[in-house]
Amino acid sequence: MQVGRVIGDVVATRKDEALTGVTLLVVQPLDPGRQPVGRAIVAADAAGAGVGEEVFFVRGREASFPFYPAEPPIDAAIVGIVDDWSTEGARP
Amino acid sequence: MLLAKIVGTVVATRKDPRLESQKLLVVRPVDPSGKIDGGFLVAVDTVDAGVGETVLVVSGSSARMASGMKDCPVDAAIVGIVDHVEVTG
Repeated sequence: MQVGRVIGDVVATRKDEALTGVTLLVVQPLDPGRQPVGRAIVAADAAGAGVGEEVFFVRGREASFPFYPAEPPIDAAIVGIVDDWSTEGARP
Repeated sequence: MLLAKIVGTVVATRKDPRLESQKLLVVRPVDPSGKIDGGFLVAVDTVDAGVGETVLVVSGSSARMASGMKDCPVDAAIVGIVDHVEVTG
């Protein structure tokens, strides 16, 4: 899993039927210094997150597991909202 | 999932039988503002998208969960047409 910040949302009317009702959010991955790192991705929200919050998300096939028994075609899902996180010895 | 812009089509006569009658499109990942950000991908289209549209691309084994893609040899599928992206954070 990775930590990121929710920076926006995506509206798509025409989509795979299994995505109906799934909230799609834009997540920017963060490094240990809370700086943006890498490309922003679109993740399905399984934790009730909102824009501006720090979250952790899972990537790959496992991303659909929170929606079981439905199997939506998603490869990234927000599975938790971060209250606080810190690292020791990481670059600032 | 990635945001991507459709930039072309792929025609392939000889291919895996499970890809027959599937539409293949060339896409380029974009950032949330719509700027091209990265290389090229070939993705199978499951939502009848067209060149120039911004779409949602699911990659890896999750692509096989797209509608009609069960057990197909694909690792990138277009699963939604993006109306708009709102970046506020």
